[in-house]
Amino acid sequence: MSNPFKSVPIRSYEITPKDVYFSRRDFIKAAGVVAGSVALASCAPNAGEPSEATVAAENPVTISGKTTDELGDPLNSFQDITNYNNYYEFTTDKEGVAPLSQGFTPKPWSVEVSGMVKKPKIYAFEDLLKNFTQEERIYRLRCVEAWSMVIPWTGFTLASLLNEVEPTSDAKYVRFETVMRPEEMKGQGSPFYPWPYQEGLRLDEAMNDLTLLATGLYGEDMPNQNGAPIRLVVPWKYGFKSIKSIVKIELTDKQPETLWNTTAPNEYGFYSNVNPAVDHPRWSQASERRIGELSRRATLPFNGYGDQVASLYEGMDLSVHY
Amino acid sequence: MNKPRFTPLQIAMHIYAWSVIIILLFKFFTNGFSANPIQDLERATGRHAITMLVLSLACTPLNTVFKWSEPLKRRRALGLYALFYATIHFIIYLDLDYGLAWNLIIPEVLQKPRLIVGFLALLLMIPLGITSFDIWKQRLGKNWKQLHKIIYWIAPLAVLHYVWSKKGNLLSLQGEVLKPALYGLAVIIFLILRLPAIRKAFASFSLRRRLPSEKQ
Repeated sequence: MSNPFKSVPIRSYEITPKDVYFSRRDFIKAAGVVAGSVALASCAPNAGEPSEATVAAENPVTISGKTTDELGDPLNSFQDITNYNNYYEFTTDKEGVAPLSQGFTPKPWSVEVSGMVKKPKIYAFEDLLKNFTQEERIYRLRCVEAWSMVIPWTGFTLASLLNEVEPTSDAKYVRFETVMRPEEMKGQGSPFYPWPYQEGLRLDEAMNDLTLLATGLYGEDMPNQNGAPIRLVVPWKYGFKSIKSIVKIELTDKQPETLWNTTAPNEYGFYSNVNPAVDHPRWSQASERRIGELSRRATLPFNGYGDQVASLYEGMDLSVHY
Repeated sequence: MNKPRFTPLQIAMHIYAWSVIIILLFKFFTNGFSANPIQDLERATGRHAITMLVLSLACTPLNTVFKWSEPLKRRRALGLYALFYATIHFIIYLDLDYGLAWNLIIPEVLQKPRLIVGFLALLLMIPLGITSFDIWKQRLGKNWKQLHKIIYWIAPLAVLHYVWSKKGNLLSLQGEVLKPALYGLAVIIFLILRLPAIRKAFASFSLRRRLPSEKQ
């Protein structure tokens, strides 16, 4: 049987081992210090010019050194990724999120994993970093608003966390919840949304190797505006499924409610897989604009990850389960 | 004494009408757009077109309720600005956004109610723009007024286009609905204030206010 979906495997060599990852992070820091001291030594004559250190901080490079995704499309810049954000807990203005999120305190942080698991546990964020293999993954992010980016995340697979807490045989779904802090997140004062943000995945989707709990991007800690300190990344689904600033992960036997499904049930289904053939009732999903490009490009089924995930939905009518 | 050539209201209106283009040009030259500049342009021009349209609808009620007649003289310019921005908005959508890819545009416009109502609103504005000149007003006589009542259909269509381009559900007041709801509310109020019964009520109210003082 031929597979109608475009092949986009994550090859093993694309996954950066933890020791390389951390040594590279140290190298970047050391390079920054050297560049900074050079800049300091020479700062008097050209104080107005940007130093090398600030340039390095503004244009960080990936841990792997890669500059494209596996389809050959270039990564979006750190600048774009961190200044064009949908994060309604702060504001609905995509450019407003970065400034408004600067007062958010991502540390200390803990994530409670509970529900239908044999070993429920509250993880301190530091332990999540230490106990689970951190990898760099370059993923496309496709927003339901028909724009997309290529982002180098760092993080660990959700599967590795779930394997440790051991879901019971009753568990069918995973429910995620964002932190509720109306004093730091002004958007949570809006009466138009059922806060806190919640999302959900079927257990087999959650266990898929693509599903990532991301703790950083471009080798740096997760910026506040991108969902610090830890967020979900499900690259074959529309961006709103990738819930930010997670405090709770709960295994359950019922399909979880999700914020957007509650807000507009006929528009945002539980699955929300990227699918050019199934339009949002008011918007076409057939094409998208890659941020940084002027012309539109065709949207790929499952955002180009069909080889790894199409089998999850075998026998399902995806125009019903959108 | 000579009358000033421009009234303060007139000056304010023109400055406000052009402000969006000035701001967009400023952003263009200072790299002030977001990472998605085409969407920025679409949103700014679309919203300003609806703002101008709603303001043009406000002129008659301002006269009915407050007996302030100057806005009536600004109505035509506001309507033309609305058409101007709606046209720019449409060209940005066709050309900058979709690169005139008709194979993408036509099916989308035919399928999506949001685009149908937006396109319809623009189409209906064109004859109003063309016949806005005095010569057409004279030529059409009574029909001119009838023709220009189409604006009562255009405004709700434009607001619907706005509502449907946001994430959310206006009926359950969930999602990104605040701004479109305010525009919709303004249109509803301005249309209600045009109902003959309401107009008469305001007219007799102001008449009664005047009468007691005349009796004394």
